[in-house]
Amino acid sequence: MKAEKPMQPDPRQHYLTPLRQTTFHPRTAAANRLNSWGPWGGYTTVLEYDDLAMEHSAIRNAATVYDLCPMVKYRVRGPEAAAYLNRLTVRNAAKLPVGAVHYTIWCDDAGHIIDDGTLFRLGEADFRICCQERHLPWLLDSAFGFEVSVAEETEEIAALSLQGPCSFAVLKAAGFDVAALKPFRMATFGFDGGELMISRTGFTGDLGYELWIAPDHALALWDCLFEAGAPWGLRPIGTQALDLARTEAGFIITNLDFVPAHQAVREDRVRSPFEMSLDWMIDWNKGHFTGRRALLAERERGSRWAFVGLDIDGNVSAEHAIVYHDRKREVGQITAACWSPTLKRNIALAHLERPYHAGKSDNLWVEVYAMRELQYVKLMLRAKVCDRPFFNPDRRRATPPGPF
Amino acid sequence: MPMPSFDAIVIGGGTNGLACAARLQKSGRRVLVLESGAEPGGAALGREFAPGYRAPGLAHLVTTIDARVEREMDLGRHGLSYAGLSLPSTLVAPDGDHLLLEGEAGERVAGLSEAERLAWSELRGQLMRFAGVLAPFKEMTPPRIAAGAGNEYMKLGKLGFGIRRLGKDDFREFLRMLLINVYDVLNDDLTDPRLKGILAHDAVLGTWLGPRSPNSLIHLLNRLAGQVAGRRAAVALPKGGMGAVASAMAKAAEAQGVTIRTGARVAAILVEDDRAVGVTLADGEELRAKTVVSAINPKTTFLSLVGPRHLDTGFVNRVRAMKSRGGAAKLHLALKGAPDFRGADLRTRLVLAPSETAVELSFNAVKYGEVPERPVMEVILPSAHEGGHAPDGHHILSAIVQFAPHAPKAGPDVARQEMLARSLAVLEDHAPGLRALVEHAELLMPYDIEARYGMVGGNWHHGELSVEQMLFLRPFAGTSQYATPLSDLWLAGAGCHPGGGISGAAGWNAAERIIRGTGR
Ligand SMILES: Cc1cc2nc3c(=O)[nH]c(=O)nc-3n(C[C@H](O)[C@H](O)[C@H](O)COP(=O)(O)OP(=O)(O)OC[C@H]3O[C@@H](n4cnc5c(N)ncnc54)[C@H](O)[C@@H]3O)c2cc1C
Repeated sequence: MKAEKPMQPDPRQHYLTPLRQTTFHPRTAAANRLNSWGPWGGYTTVLEYDDLAMEHSAIRNAATVYDLCPMVKYRVRGPEAAAYLNRLTVRNAAKLPVGAVHYTIWCDDAGHIIDDGTLFRLGEADFRICCQERHLPWLLDSAFGFEVSVAEETEEIAALSLQGPCSFAVLKAAGFDVAALKPFRMATFGFDGGELMISRTGFTGDLGYELWIAPDHALALWDCLFEAGAPWGLRPIGTQALDLARTEAGFIITNLDFVPAHQAVREDRVRSPFEMSLDWMIDWNKGHFTGRRALLAERERGSRWAFVGLDIDGNVSAEHAIVYHDRKREVGQITAACWSPTLKRNIALAHLERPYHAGKSDNLWVEVYAMRELQYVKLMLRAKVCDRPFFNPDRRRATPPGPF
Repeated sequence: MPMPSFDAIVIGGGTNGLACAARLQKSGRRVLVLESGAEPGGAALGREFAPGYRAPGLAHLVTTIDARVEREMDLGRHGLSYAGLSLPSTLVAPDGDHLLLEGEAGERVAGLSEAERLAWSELRGQLMRFAGVLAPFKEMTPPRIAAGAGNEYMKLGKLGFGIRRLGKDDFREFLRMLLINVYDVLNDDLTDPRLKGILAHDAVLGTWLGPRSPNSLIHLLNRLAGQVAGRRAAVALPKGGMGAVASAMAKAAEAQGVTIRTGARVAAILVEDDRAVGVTLADGEELRAKTVVSAINPKTTFLSLVGPRHLDTGFVNRVRAMKSRGGAAKLHLALKGAPDFRGADLRTRLVLAPSETAVELSFNAVKYGEVPERPVMEVILPSAHEGGHAPDGHHILSAIVQFAPHAPKAGPDVARQEMLARSLAVLEDHAPGLRALVEHAELLMPYDIEARYGMVGGNWHHGELSVEQMLFLRPFAGTSQYATPLSDLWLAGAGCHPGGGISGAAGWNAAERIIRGTGR
């Protein structure tokens, strides 16, 4: 199978096409019946292919493919790669086994989150960071004094996310046996004369995999998956369906649920791991990491904000709504919300000023302006703090995965 | 043999390390100074650079000694005295039409026109008043602009009062001139290029600024704010050479009970549980103490002794970005006879800087990593004052030559040769026949100074003393008041407020700060 290269514009005329096309563009464009595009990390990506409800439903009931190419990727190599990552991130990278992946965050000196991402340990001294925003200057600055090399490789790797209860069956039909692959582990396979890396990771809170391959073999992979996946109704999904699924799973997105420390203009927009409920991943005993001293002080002093899941009355989605205590006092705001088709619940992710996240959480209200035929209808809806993830099925973890 | 245990370890036995150690010992702590060299004293130490010739190491004049250091270390009792406190200065003109400046900060100048004399007297008065306002800041922990910063409000209040006492007009002028360049100030008020030359020279001595660079006046004020033995704006020559300061301070510290270990190079600061708990020497020996004070370069302290992995990335960025370009080279000449600077008194400070423009031009070159055509310089002949520096009838010439590139385009060796040749040419012009007297010559370029003295970039102040690296911004923004991100690790060297010079002020201030406790 000969791979077709997507058309890349003449580099001198970059200003004519402010957004680039991903490796999968020939396929995603062909499938994008609504012609609905949005920018992501400098690329044009599909928001919705043909029907949001069907796309989301496929995530939860069948299998889906999502073009992950714009995800920013950095390669970290060298004898001190693990030590470097331990100083960079809050989690213990040295404990991550080769062939495993973990979710992690990194902070600035003040202990404010710069970004979150997944860390892949490809070898003893070889790691990959995948994240939402670009950070090369910070990663290089952090490398000062370490025997390590850091390079961006976003363009060198094409990535697809294959998610849904039937994703295991689709992979099997395509010839990749991942029965023994546990969550947060990866395996490699020969494919199309190249190498395919499959990690059991994803952003839907469901059974799912992410597939990583050199761009030369990317279209062949797409075609192979769709051929094998047809019996399960495999379909591509856009960002909107994924956003629904990730909200159900309670996952956060940089710049949607928090403002990265290096981008925040307003002093009070930055957030610490405590304030994003991510402090569980801090390893206080691994030695120093950037932000540790500030975070220790915050642990002593207490934090201002908390990040919670909300269960809201009714079925009107409360995106970006303000949260009140006793209907009067502003105590927070919602960053992501949806009427969950899977759970039939009105859910949201919110920043709440402490102690309204716990001690004083019994009288919370959400102010929603619902647009009804050119007029806003103002609603005050009761909200309750609830556990995250909202949706967390056993099939996500079962190894081997169930035969759906 | 087990070492006795110490409460505090001071890394670096330069004048700041010694002052800090003496003050800490006085507070009841047992203090160990670790000095890599064979003798304590750092850049104040004299040295036999050629058989029979003793040259001052780097520093060859004292322009300020912290008054507390002088008094409480009782330096006089430990052998420090001066051949002169207000050494006259001669602006050496190539045509022999010299200017002679005498008294505090050129109170009397011989060789000026009447109008120029009046103009200078007026400007000098103003500069001295402004310097008087700044002087007390040197003897305190720099205030920080933050709530609960632990500022010394009583002292600050007094300083505020001092500034108010300037009167309305002077205060307005003070604010106008504080950050201005010295070139403009000189040209507003003066006309004689020789007078402007020496003032411009003195303003930029030890900086990486030309007279026309913004903020260059404040360095002149800083210099005028110095004192030695109660003499303001001093230019003092210790008896027995600069080494006398080093040895008096070392003796005073030892008399106080401080232990000084020489030949002990600290290779690393030991960090456990996020605190400094001691040091490792180059030979692997480990020494522990409750408090560790680094009186060496701040960049070296953080980047090499502590190491980036114990520090935050943003902090390391700021350390790396701390400006530390050196522009001063040190020239030592062994002369087989007395040079003749066209009749100038060899016991004065000889300044070869024909005009403020000449100083600026010599700075221009180093901006581009080049050696200036006509460097300017400050020349001292210690052997003209007393015996013991050179064989009888012979002389030792010590010069600070500006500007020398710290990272020359031509490479270190070519640039050194070029700098030496051009310096000798300038000297020959001012003192015909000098070259023929030279028996040995040694020129230390900024990178040689870095290698030998550990001053990063060869910078006089262990990090440029520029406005954006002064007071609470010293050594750099976000780190001041002698504290570091690591508990029990403190800074005390010239890289801290109030900067360099053979003074001990930074070391003494640091000790006071340590004694006061963290109190953050
Ligand atoms: C060319 C030149 C000329 C100068 N002329 C004058 C002048 O005429 N008058 C004047 O007042 N100032 C002068 N200065 C400035 C002055 O020399 C410095 O500002 C001053 O020496 C700073 O004192 P310090 O104690 O902070 O550091 P230093 O004098 O540099 O002392 C640091 C000490 O630490 C030791 N050390 C370094 N690393 C280690 C280690 N790892 N372990 C143990 N010990 C270590 C060094 O050996 C040294 O003894 C001049 C500077 C230069 C560059």
